[in-house]
Parts: sequence; structure tokens; C-alpha cells
Amino acid sequence: MRDAFVQTTVDLLENDPRTALVLADISADRFVDAARRHPDRVLNVGIREQLMVGVAGGLALTGMRPIVHSYATFAVDRTYEQLKLDLDHQGVGAIVVTVGASYDGAEMGRTHLSPADVALIDTLTGWTVHVPGHPAEVPALLRAAAQHDGPVYLRLSTQVNDLPRPDAGQLAVVHRGSPVAPVVVAVGPMLHPVLQAVTGLDVTVTYTHTPRPFDVGGLRELLPAPDGAVAPAVVLVEPYLAGTSSAVLSEGLSDVPHRLLALGVGRADLHRYGSPADHARWHGLDPAGLRRSVSAFLG
Amino acid sequence: MTTPTSTPTRPPLGPLLRRLTGDEKHAPSAHSTLDVLWVLYDRVLRVSPDTVDAPDRDRFLLSKGHGPAAYYAVLAAKGFIPEDWLDDLAGPESRLGHHPDRLLVPGVEIGTGSLGHGLGLAVGTALGLRAQGLTGPRVYVLLGDAELDEGANHEAIAYAGATGLDPLTAIVVDNQSASHGWPGGIASRFTVNGWTASTVDGRDHHALEDALTTRHPGRPHVVVAVVAPKEH
Repeated sequence: MRDAFVQTTVDLLENDPRTALVLADISADRFVDAARRHPDRVLNVGIREQLMVGVAGGLALTGMRPIVHSYATFAVDRTYEQLKLDLDHQGVGAIVVTVGASYDGAEMGRTHLSPADVALIDTLTGWTVHVPGHPAEVPALLRAAAQHDGPVYLRLSTQVNDLPRPDAGQLAVVHRGSPVAPVVVAVGPMLHPVLQAVTGLDVTVTYTHTPRPFDVGGLRELLPAPDGAVAPAVVLVEPYLAGTSSAVLSEGLSDVPHRLLALGVGRADLHRYGSPADHARWHGLDPAGLRRSVSAFLG
Repeated sequence: MTTPTSTPTRPPLGPLLRRLTGDEKHAPSAHSTLDVLWVLYDRVLRVSPDTVDAPDRDRFLLSKGHGPAAYYAVLAAKGFIPEDWLDDLAGPESRLGHHPDRLLVPGVEIGTGSLGHGLGLAVGTALGLRAQGLTGPRVYVLLGDAELDEGANHEAIAYAGATGLDPLTAIVVDNQSASHGWPGGIASRFTVNGWTASTVDGRDHHALEDALTTRHPGRPHVVVAVVAPKEH
């Protein structure tokens, strides 16, 4: 995904003079040629993330379209007030593109983990959030974001699905169960383990790479009618903090009987290294863990 | 109470300030930023109520958003906002609050209040103008000496100096209100990073104008405007 981001950004810099890239050393080595070609629009401020976002705000105030990029924990967690004030409060936007999603950087430990990034973005106003599940989904999302001025968060990961599904801005049905089947919503790279986890279960599996704005209308259409006293079940599987989208779904389904299970990364600092696969297992997001949670919920 | 005599060209801002503050006791000199703001808008900035959206206007960014009464008074005196806006400061329907909001006030370039945001935005503004070939406009940003405590400023100071961002002029109004002071002076924090610096009497209009308009090609410039210590 990072390669797709780099290539698409280089193309945008080449062809759209409104585009500017602001870096804080991370990935700067990938943009050496672009910086030589566009020294006024490829800006590496050094290891200064507050300034990176402040500069993006200033660029946007002059009518440019800034792309900001770093590890999620530095570009979002560390700069939360700059995102809130230097972008949102000024009434301008930027495209924030991060790597190091959740536990992608497991070997580097807690300082490089960022399960709360989407929850933090959710406290801001009007952001579009893209969580692609495959590198081939990245270019179109980034190009579309470059065409407007709104705030966009593009969350790249080393966890990927088998196939790209570029037309999943709205909920896309990947596997259709019976008319009474519970609905499982997989966000971004969670589709791959979800499909393995629900093998043999009567569920409808849907996928999106764009959880904000969340396609509540699409979910309502997929929701089966209540079966007697049993409310239809929704299982939400997100690759970031568990429950991040619960409030959005609860609001969108407030007038519809439903039960919701929200799975994702747990809150605890595990103080452990290992691999992303290890963390997925510890957080119950591997196929076996998902199967256990879904089966217990659906009964 | 006497009226300062060193500011003969200042217009009668006192009545405008009293409409904002309801304060009859304090002279305009109680507002540390007043003379700097007046010199900027009267003699330096190439921006007017008719050009608040012009791409090639000079930018003035008030980073020190606290206590913006002097800012509002100058904006009213120069016709950016109606004088009657001054009568309902921070009221439920007021466009003027205790921290300015760029979406509510014509001529206000950035909304501020939380300290340490203006200099980064100013760096980005200068870079954005340069990237669009707009080499005429200058970008001025006003900070307080206590505001310099915020680390975000030092990210911006180091980067602007290292890259020689010469459309940028920072103004630090120094009323010695930083809790732990700045031993060795404020200017040195900038010059060690490659800026040029002028330290002047923050009430002296001629000195302020000279410091704010002198060009230093290839380097950002800081004007430290020293005023009397903050009243407690």
C-alpha cells in the first residue's frame, strides 16, 4: 500500500500543481526525485510532526491541497490538536496518509502502535476515512481525495485482503446469506480473516474501505426483519480500536431493532512485541478468535 | 493616568477599546500589542477591507489570540469590521470573542487561542504562496513572549531558519510574562537558527516600522517588540 501511495502521490505532484506533500522525515527517501522536480511542493520539515500539520494548514489556507504523511501514531495521535485547530477550526482540509496501522509495527512495540487513530479522527468534524484492504484500492481513493478540499484520512496497512474491491465506498456484499442471515461488516483488511472465520455460517458478509461516512443506508437495507422477539444481529469487525464505529451504527439504526457486536483491537497496552499475526491472535482478530466471538454472539 | 506621548500618530483607539472592554481606567498602553498592530495596519501591511480575499495580499496572523481587544479595535478603525461589533464582545450573537475566529471576522487570517499554532500556520502560508509563484506578499505572525514556551514554535523557528524562508516575519511582543523568562534574550532563539532579528521599543512607531519593513533576503526575520512588563 505504501508503494501505491508513493507512486500515486508522485503522479499527482507531477500533474496537479495544487498538490503539495508535507513529510516529517518518514518516507522522505521515497520522494527524493519528486523533491528535486518540485522543490516548492515536496516539503520535508524534519522530525517535526506538529509543524507538518501546521504547514499543511497554512498551505491549505493559500488554496493548495496538502498531503501529510507519517506513521499513524505521529501523524494523528501526536498532532491531535493541530488536526483539530490548524485544519478543522480554520475551515480547511488536508489528506492525512498514514502507515503503521494498529499493530503493523508490532516488533517496534507500543510507541509505534496506533489502534486509536480512527477514534481520534472521529472526534473531528466531516472527515472522510478510507481504510483500504488492498494496495490496488489506494490510487483511486487518493486521486479522488486530491480533487476536493475536505479533510481525508487514508489509513494504509501491511495487512491485506486477497483481492481488491475498489467499488466498496458503500457496503459491498461479498457473501450473501439467507434472507434472515445476520450481517457481518468487515472494514478494510479485516475481510480476509472474516471470510475464513464465518465459513459454514449463515451470515451475509459485507465489506467497505470507507467507514466514514459510514454507509448506514446500505446496512439498513441488508438488515433482516426481526424474527419474532429476536432482533437482527450485526457484527462489525474493524482493524482499529474495538467499538470505534459503534456510535455511528447505533445512531443510524436507532429506530431499527438490532443487536450489535463490535470487534476490533483491544484497549490494553499489552507490553508485547511479536508479529502482527501474534497481535491479531491476542486481540481475537485472527480467524479462530473471530469465529469464537461471532459464534458466541449469534448463539 | 497620562496619555503616552510617544505615539502621536495613533488614532483615537481609546474609545474603540472602551467599547470592547467597558474599562475606563486603563490607557490604550495597557494593551501590549496595540502599537505593533497599529503600525502594521497603518504603515506596513498591504491589505485592506477590499482585498481580504486577494491572493496577493500580505498576511497578518495573530498567533497570540489571547486578549484580542487591540486587534479588534484596529480592524474596526481600518474598516474591516463595523464599529458596532465592538459593543457585544463574546455575546451569544457576537462575531468577536475572547479569541478570534477567522470564519467570523473579515480580515482575520487564522482562528487562534490555544498558544503555539500561528507560527506553523505562517510557515505553511509562506510556503503555499511561494509554491504558487506569489513572491510579492509577506507573511507576518505575532506571538507573545510567554507563548514561546510552546514547543511547536521551536519546530517552526528551526525549520524556517534552516530553509531561509524570507517572506516570513515574526513579531514577538515581549512584556516579560513568560514564567521562566528567556535568559539571553528572545532574539537569540531565532538568530541561532539563522533568522535575522531586530529588538525595538514596542511603543516606538518609527522603530517598529523600520524593523518591520527592512528586507533580509534569504532569511526569515523576527522583530522583538519590548513593552513594559505585564500588569498583575
